[in-house]
Amino acid sequence: MQSFLEENTMENLSALVEQAQAAVEQATDEQVLEQLRVQYLGKKGEITQLLKSLGKLSAEERPQAGAKINVAKQQVNESITARKTTLSDAALNEKLASETIDVTLPGRGHCCGNLHPVTHTMERIEEFFANMGYDVAQGPEIEDDYHNFEALNIPSHHPARAMHDTFYFDAHTLLRTHTSPVQVRVMEGEEPPLRVICPGRVYRCDSDLTHTPMFHQVEGLVVDKDVNFAQLKGTVEEFLKVFFEKELAVRFRPSYFPFTEPSAEVDIACVMCNGEGCRVCSHTGWLEVMGCGMVHPNVFKSSDIDSEKYSGFAFGMGVERLAMLRYGVNDLRLFFENDLKFLSQFN
Amino acid sequence: MKVSEQWLREWVNPQIDSDELVEQLTMAGLEVDGIEPVAGDFRGVVVAEIQQAEQHPDADKLRVCQVTNGSEVFQVVCGAPNARAGIKVALAEVGAVLPGNFKIKKAKLRGVESYGMLCGADEIGLGEKSDGIMELPADAPVGADIRCYLKLEDNVIDIDLTPNRGDCLSVAGLAREVGVLNKADVNSIKINAVSATHDDIHEVVVDADGDCPRYVGRVINNIDATAATPLWMVERLRRSGIRSIDAVVDVTNYVLLELGQPMHAFDRDKLQGAIQVRMASEGEKLTLLDEQEIKLTADTLVIADNSGPLAMAGVMGGAATGVGSETKNIFLESAFFKPTTIAGKARSYGLHTDSSHRFERGVDFELQRQAVERATALLLDISGGEAGPVVEVVSEGKLPKWNTVSLREERVKSLLALDIGADEIVDILKRLGLGVEEVAAGEWSVSVPSYRFDIAIEADLVEELARIYGYNRLPVCAPTATLTPKPANEAKVSIKSLRRVLLARGYNEAITYSFVDPKMQAYFDTSDQGIELANPISADMSLMRTSLWPGLAQALQYNQNRQQQRVRLFESGLTFKRSSAGIEQVAKIGGVIAGGRHEENWLEKTESVDFYDVKGDVEALLAMGGAAQEFTFVAKAHHALHPGQSAAIMRNGEEVGFVGALHPTIEKALGLNGPVYLFELSLAGIEQGVIASFTELSKFPEVRRDLSILVSSSVELSAIVDGMKASAGEWLTDVRLFDLYDGKGIEPDHKSLALGLTWQHTSRTLTDEEISEFIGNVINSLEKQFSAKLRG
Repeated sequence: MQSFLEENTMENLSALVEQAQAAVEQATDEQVLEQLRVQYLGKKGEITQLLKSLGKLSAEERPQAGAKINVAKQQVNESITARKTTLSDAALNEKLASETIDVTLPGRGHCCGNLHPVTHTMERIEEFFANMGYDVAQGPEIEDDYHNFEALNIPSHHPARAMHDTFYFDAHTLLRTHTSPVQVRVMEGEEPPLRVICPGRVYRCDSDLTHTPMFHQVEGLVVDKDVNFAQLKGTVEEFLKVFFEKELAVRFRPSYFPFTEPSAEVDIACVMCNGEGCRVCSHTGWLEVMGCGMVHPNVFKSSDIDSEKYSGFAFGMGVERLAMLRYGVNDLRLFFENDLKFLSQFN
Repeated sequence: MKVSEQWLREWVNPQIDSDELVEQLTMAGLEVDGIEPVAGDFRGVVVAEIQQAEQHPDADKLRVCQVTNGSEVFQVVCGAPNARAGIKVALAEVGAVLPGNFKIKKAKLRGVESYGMLCGADEIGLGEKSDGIMELPADAPVGADIRCYLKLEDNVIDIDLTPNRGDCLSVAGLAREVGVLNKADVNSIKINAVSATHDDIHEVVVDADGDCPRYVGRVINNIDATAATPLWMVERLRRSGIRSIDAVVDVTNYVLLELGQPMHAFDRDKLQGAIQVRMASEGEKLTLLDEQEIKLTADTLVIADNSGPLAMAGVMGGAATGVGSETKNIFLESAFFKPTTIAGKARSYGLHTDSSHRFERGVDFELQRQAVERATALLLDISGGEAGPVVEVVSEGKLPKWNTVSLREERVKSLLALDIGADEIVDILKRLGLGVEEVAAGEWSVSVPSYRFDIAIEADLVEELARIYGYNRLPVCAPTATLTPKPANEAKVSIKSLRRVLLARGYNEAITYSFVDPKMQAYFDTSDQGIELANPISADMSLMRTSLWPGLAQALQYNQNRQQQRVRLFESGLTFKRSSAGIEQVAKIGGVIAGGRHEENWLEKTESVDFYDVKGDVEALLAMGGAAQEFTFVAKAHHALHPGQSAAIMRNGEEVGFVGALHPTIEKALGLNGPVYLFELSLAGIEQGVIASFTELSKFPEVRRDLSILVSSSVELSAIVDGMKASAGEWLTDVRLFDLYDGKGIEPDHKSLALGLTWQHTSRTLTDEEISEFIGNVINSLEKQFSAKLRG
C-alpha cells in the first residue's frame, strides 16, 4: 500500500514536472510564467501540494520523497527562470533592433576649419627649431633702411639692392624685403649666445606667375663661441630631413649674400621626382630651398659683437616654397586668394 | 651672362664634358641657369649659291631659283623677297631634317618642282624670325655643311652670377675660374700694342679723377663704318645674346664679352673740343643712344665736351655723338669708373646696360689699355683705318690698390671645422692668382689682384678656400650649446592656441595682403592714419591696412562670388597706422562670418548667423587666458558696423577690440550676402591672462531659485546681473539667464527675463529663511533700480 502510494505519487511527480516544463516553454510573456509559477510552485501549487501528502508516508520514506519533490520544484523553477531570461533577451533584442540608426549620417555641429598652409608650415618650422632650443623673435614689417640694408652690409647703391625690389614709404622707410633685419634687432638687444628664428611676412615689389608682392620667410641665427660652417651644414640638413620626413640628398653651393661670408645656397634632391629630373626642378634633379652662411664680420660690427670672440651662422628660407613642395601646390598665387576650396584642403 | 662653350674652351679646355663643366661651375658658385645648343637640331643643310632666280609663272611672291651646292644644281622654289642670284645661302637639300623633325622632300609649288628649301635663320634655330632667307658671306665655301661652317656644335651656357663676381662677366674671367677648378692652363689671347700710324690725339680732361681714376682713349681715322662684321664675331655675339649692329659697336661689345671691359666709341667729327669727364650739372639734358632724353642729376658722372654731356659714364652713350654708317673717324674710350660712382645710377634712370652691370660690380682697373689695343686690332682688321697714339689720363693715387688681406690657418680651421693643411691653403690661393706671403707660421699676407673686387677681409679668403676645396667636402656636425632654461610666461596665451580655438569653431585661416585698396579701407576706417606706399604694385594695393577687416571682407566677397554660402574666416597679423608717436604696428586677430550657423544639414533647419554667434567666438578667445571676467562688451557705435549691433570690447577701461554686424550699406556696396559679422582684437590687449588660483570646494548643498521679471527693453542684462550680484549677498555663486521673451503677451517696449540664482555657503547649509531674505533683497533692488516687475 505504502509503496503503491509512493509509486503513484512519484509517477505523478515526473508527469507534473514534464507538464509544467512544457507549459513554461509555451509561455510568451512574463505574466504567463508567473501564473505557471503559482500554479505549480505556489503555496497551493500542484507540486507543493504533493509535499503535503508526505505525511502519509513512513518516517523512513519521507526524507527521500521530500528530496525528490524539492528537486522537482527546483527543476520547474529553473525552467521558469531560463524561460524568463530567454524572453527578456528577446524583448531587449527586439527593442535594440528597433532602435537601429544609420550611423553613416553626418554628426551634429561645426566641423573644424583649417590653418592656412603657410601658417601650418611656419609652425612646423618653428617647432623644429624650438625643440632645438631656438627662441622665436618677431620684428616690425615697416622697417628702416638701416636695419633692412645698412646693418646687413648692404650699403646704398649696392648691386644686391637691385635684387630686392623694395617697397618704399619714403627714402628711409620701407617694407622689409627679408626677415634678416630681425637678426640685427636681436643682436642689438641681446648678448650672445643667441639662437633665434624669425618667421614673418616680407615684401618685394614684384608680381607675376612665380612672385607675389608679399610672402613669408623664416630666418635663423646662431651666435656663440666656436660656431662653424660644419654646424650650419648639420643644422640645415637635419631640418630638411625632418621637414620632408625623409632621407634626402642635400647639397651646398657657394653663393653670395652681403650679410654672410662664406655664403651658400642649399639644394635638395627634387622631392617631386626624387632627383630624376622633372618640370618642378627644371630637369636638374635639384631644388633650391634655402640660403645660408656664416655671419659677416661687418654685420657683427654694426651690432657691436666682437667677431674675433664670436662667430655665427644664419639661414633663411621661403615658407611658400617649402609649402608648395611639401603639399604639391603648383601655383603660388593660390596662397593669397583665400579660396575656401583651397584652404579646406590642408587639415 | 651667356657664353659660348666653344669660345670658353678656346681659352681653357679641361678634359670634361659639357655636363660636367656645367656642374662644376654651379658647384663653384657660378650658378648655371641653363645650357642650350646654339642652333636647332637639324642636318642636311649646306652652303649653296643661287645662280639664277626667276619669277614663278603662277605666283607673285615665289621665285624659282637654280641653286648649286658645288657639285649639282637644284631647282628650288623660294618665297623670300631677298632670294636673288649671286648670294650664298643655306640650302636644305632633299632628305634634310630641320628642327622639329621637319623632313625636306621633293615638292611641287604651284606646278613648279622644288628640290629642297632655302632656310631663314629661324628655320634652323639660329635667330629670330625674319622675312628673308639667311645670306652667308661671299667667301662661304659652297657645299660645306652649315653646322661645320658655322661651328654649330656648341652650347650657350647661361650663368647667373652673384653681384660679387663681376670678375667672371667675361670669357677671360670665366676661363680663369675654370682653370683654377681644373688646375688647367688658360690660353689667354695675346694682345699686342698696335703702333700709331699718325699723331692725331683727342684731348681728355678728367675733372672727377676720384670717380674716373683712369681714362684711356685713342683716335682711329678713316675707318669704313659700313664694313661687315665677320660671321664668327656675329655668331659669338649672338651666342652671348647680343645683336650685331655695325663693325664699331660689334667690336666694342666683343671686347666687353671677351675681356670684361666696357668701351664706347664716339664719332670724333661730332665732338666739340676736349673730352671732359665730370659730374653733371643738375638738370642738364642728354639724349641717349636709345633716343630717350633724360634730365641728369648732379651725382651722375658724364663724359662731356664743350657742347655738354655726350654720354652717361659707364652706362650709355649719347645719340648725338654715336657712330653711324657715315662715320669716318672715331674716338675709342676705355675707362675705369669707380664702382660706387656707377652703382645704382643706371637704375635711378630706369636703365640697365651691359656696361653699367659690369662697372657697378667692379671692372679690373688694370685692363683699360689692353682693351683699347685689342679693340683697335680687331677694328683695323675689319674696317681698316689708322690708329693714333693711346692717350691715358690716370690718377695713380686714386686708383684702387691691390688689397692685402691677412689669413690665419687657425681661423680657417675654426670657421670650417676642418684642417685643410697649410700646403693646400697656399696652393688654392696661388691658383686663384692671389699673392701669398708667409708672415709667421700659419699666417699669411695675401695680395688680391685688380680683378677681384670682392676679396677684402679674411672671411672672403675663407670662402674662397671652402669654394675651391668644395663645400660638399666640408665636414657636417651637429651644433653643440649649453642647455639654458628659458623664462616662461604661463599666463600668456599664444597666438597658436588662439588660432586653434577658432579652427575648432569652424573658422578657416586666411592670409591677405598687408596693403589694400584705399577704397576698400575707406569703408572700414575713415581716419587718415593709413600709410601709403610710395611705389605700390598697383593702386588697389597701395595702402597699408589699418584693420584686418578690409582684407577679410575681400576674402568673403571672393568666396561668396564662388557660391560659398557659409564663410568663416580669420586672420592674424600686423596692422599699420600713423600716429603722433610715429608708425604703429599692432598685431591683431580678426574674423568674419556670414551664412548659416551650421553647414546645411539633415538635423535642423540652419539659421543664419547672428551677433551672438560671433560674440560666442570672441568669448571663447577671451576665455583662453582665464581672465574672461576682466572683459566687458559695451554697446558702442563703429563707422563700419550696424549702429544697434556693435560693441567695444573693454578690459580695465581700455578698448581691446570690436565686434558687430557689418553696416548694411557697406554690405550692399560690397555686394555681400548678409548679414555679415566681424570681430577684431588687439593681441596685446588679450594675450595676457592670469594664472589659475584654486578655491576650496564647498561640501554643502547649492540652493537655486529662479526669478522671472519684466523690465523695459532698454535695460541691459549686464546691469541687471550687476544689480543682482550687489544685492544677493556674499554666498551668491552664479547668475544665469535662461529665458528671454518679448512680443505677444508682454507689455510693449518691455521684455521678460528668467534668471536662475545659485547660492552656496562654504561652511554650512543655507537655511530657507536666509534664501528667502536674499531673494527678497534682490527683488527689492531690481524694483528700485530698474522698475522691474516680478512675473507669475
